[in-house]
Amino acid sequence: MAKKNSDGYLSARESRRISRENRKITNEYEKKRKRKDVPEEEYLTTMHDPNNAVEFDNLHTYFFTDAGTVKAVDGVTYEVPIGKTVGVVGESGCGKSVTSLSLMQLLQRPQGQVTDGEIRLNLGDKAYDVTKAPDEVLQKIRGNVVSMIFQEPMTALNPVFRIGEQIEEVISLHNESGMNEAQMKARTIELLEMVGIANSEGVYKMFPHELSGGMRQRVVIAMALACNPRVIIADEPTTALDVTIQAQILDLLRNLKDKINSSIMFITHDLGVIAEMADYVVVMYAGRIVEKGTSDDIFHHPAHPYTIGLMASKPVVGKKVDKLYSIPGKVPNPINMPNYCYFKDRCEMCVEGCDGAYPCEVKLSDTHFVSCYRYYDKKED
Amino acid sequence: MSDNNNLLIENKFEPVTYDPQYILMVNSLKKYFPIKGGMISKTVGYVKAVDGVTFNLKRGTTMGLVGESGCGKTTAGRTILRLSGEKTGGQVLFNGQEVYDLSSKEMRALRPKMQIIFQDPFSSLSPRLPVGEIIGEAVREHNLVPKEEFDDYIDSIMDDCGLQPFHKDRYPHEFSGGQRQRICIARALALNPEFVVCDEPVSALDVSIQAQIINLLEELQQKHNLTFLFISHDLSVVEHISDTVGVMYLGSLVEYGKTEDIFRNPLHPYTKALFSAIPVPDPDFKMKRIVLEGSIPSPANPPKGCKFHTRCANCMARCKEETPVQREIEPGHYVVCHLYDK
Repeated sequence: MAKKNSDGYLSARESRRISRENRKITNEYEKKRKRKDVPEEEYLTTMHDPNNAVEFDNLHTYFFTDAGTVKAVDGVTYEVPIGKTVGVVGESGCGKSVTSLSLMQLLQRPQGQVTDGEIRLNLGDKAYDVTKAPDEVLQKIRGNVVSMIFQEPMTALNPVFRIGEQIEEVISLHNESGMNEAQMKARTIELLEMVGIANSEGVYKMFPHELSGGMRQRVVIAMALACNPRVIIADEPTTALDVTIQAQILDLLRNLKDKINSSIMFITHDLGVIAEMADYVVVMYAGRIVEKGTSDDIFHHPAHPYTIGLMASKPVVGKKVDKLYSIPGKVPNPINMPNYCYFKDRCEMCVEGCDGAYPCEVKLSDTHFVSCYRYYDKKED
Repeated sequence: MSDNNNLLIENKFEPVTYDPQYILMVNSLKKYFPIKGGMISKTVGYVKAVDGVTFNLKRGTTMGLVGESGCGKTTAGRTILRLSGEKTGGQVLFNGQEVYDLSSKEMRALRPKMQIIFQDPFSSLSPRLPVGEIIGEAVREHNLVPKEEFDDYIDSIMDDCGLQPFHKDRYPHEFSGGQRQRICIARALALNPEFVVCDEPVSALDVSIQAQIINLLEELQQKHNLTFLFISHDLSVVEHISDTVGVMYLGSLVEYGKTEDIFRNPLHPYTKALFSAIPVPDPDFKMKRIVLEGSIPSPANPPKGCKFHTRCANCMARCKEETPVQREIEPGHYVVCHLYDK
């Protein structure tokens, strides 16, 4: 681990040493990735449960920065079942976006690398481990099998191309059925109508700046749906929008999901949105999952102190409290994580066991899991 | 396009008389921004950012101002503080004194009394100044404390806002979002203000940090008897912190009253739609949602009659022609809508 001098800054020499070491590690990963003609057997895998669209299995994604190694995702395991919505909640910097970027393999390389674990993606007749798949295979998967709705509709669209061109690009890149240009245009207009844009012919010819925030987000959603993906990653799709527009977009996503029967990974920090959208909820804290379960488990029987604190700290309309609960302290430094429970320093419900190693997952019911020492007496083994 | 109608500024209002229980009285406030066009950049129209806002704010209370983005909440806040040039019409009485009548020298003396906390703590702090200087700059400028007490004064303000004395020599980039917002709050409070405009102070922060900042604001309000104008689009936060709430749509206040009244019994169709869109953190909760069609019209060319009629579910024929006026439905609960005309 990086040594620091008394005032908390790294010396130049120390920083150089770290970056030299990092280069050695990342070069190795990059070399592996850049091989040509990788045999399919290497990344072919089988799903543990064929009803899942995606399985994250003990995923570790690290960033090798000049200040030290950031363990952005540190052993994350969860499943996204086919046709269901999984909500991922957590504060900024807890690794929820990095998990989804690992699935798309769009991490900031060479610093960001999946160092361990598997992400199994169900392709119907076969399953791929995307962490081992080479770039050419990934290019066929991205936008086609897995697609992403980004947070900021303002920056996700290219300002110098017309809306129609931008959506058509996605279709033509994954043009498996051999559509001609007129068919692609018809498909684009059909998509625009599907996301509730009334003036679809007009919008087809418009530039992004001519549209409002809500309309732009609809276009981004249309783009994500262009190839009927099996998995849609929605990375805070409504955070930049107003409540009234947010209600429109959430309605739209819910209806579309049923129409094309895909799974949604819904990433947000708004618990209200999660309650409305998600079938399953995953709560992340400092790169690890602290609690996961059905949305009924999480909202009616929250178990982890962090989940409980998170819910208490959000004011709810109609429930008057004198003082909001606030979780004391702050998230630990990601470069220098403690070797005990990451939440212990902020936790007000500590028990004796909390000084020990990071708690492992305890099963509370068939669907409900929590990583906390308070539930160790319920552990079966 | 540039017919005379577009350039006409209507500025008719009944002047209000000062009532000492109110620290701030805003009457028919208007702020238009000119649209320049043509060869010689002459004014061809106006963006009606704030178009008739009327409310009174009692001492030591908090008023929440909610609305969609682009509805003029922020401009209203800034116009009240005389931060965006001259007003277009209406009155702003701060302690009975018309803010826009003051000379620049008098205005300078008034500035410490009215302060603002900006939305984005990442861009509102100078990256080149240490925190102690950021907080103390205005204090020194206005000679509020003697030189020998200056350091202690800054320490006590920082302590109030949950900052440590050793933070004084650090620079803003060394702080997290929540702590930066504390610095912004300390900077506003260092001048010992009576009235603070909080322009979306928590929307850039995480949920757990939000709670800390909201609690801090409430503590400071009690301690220093502050009056807040709390601008936000997060209705649950506004309900928690405010005593009165104003709902804005396209530059005008459509509904205004006590928080309990507004949330228990929203009257204006827009308020109803807005409240029904709040997501509730309970998976079993099924609310009948009123989904508003379309988006907010352009403030450069607002619809005739009631501005909301293009999206309103209860639109009547007269809504398209006549502009509704503000009516008091129950004591202290005002609404601007034809539905409640007798």
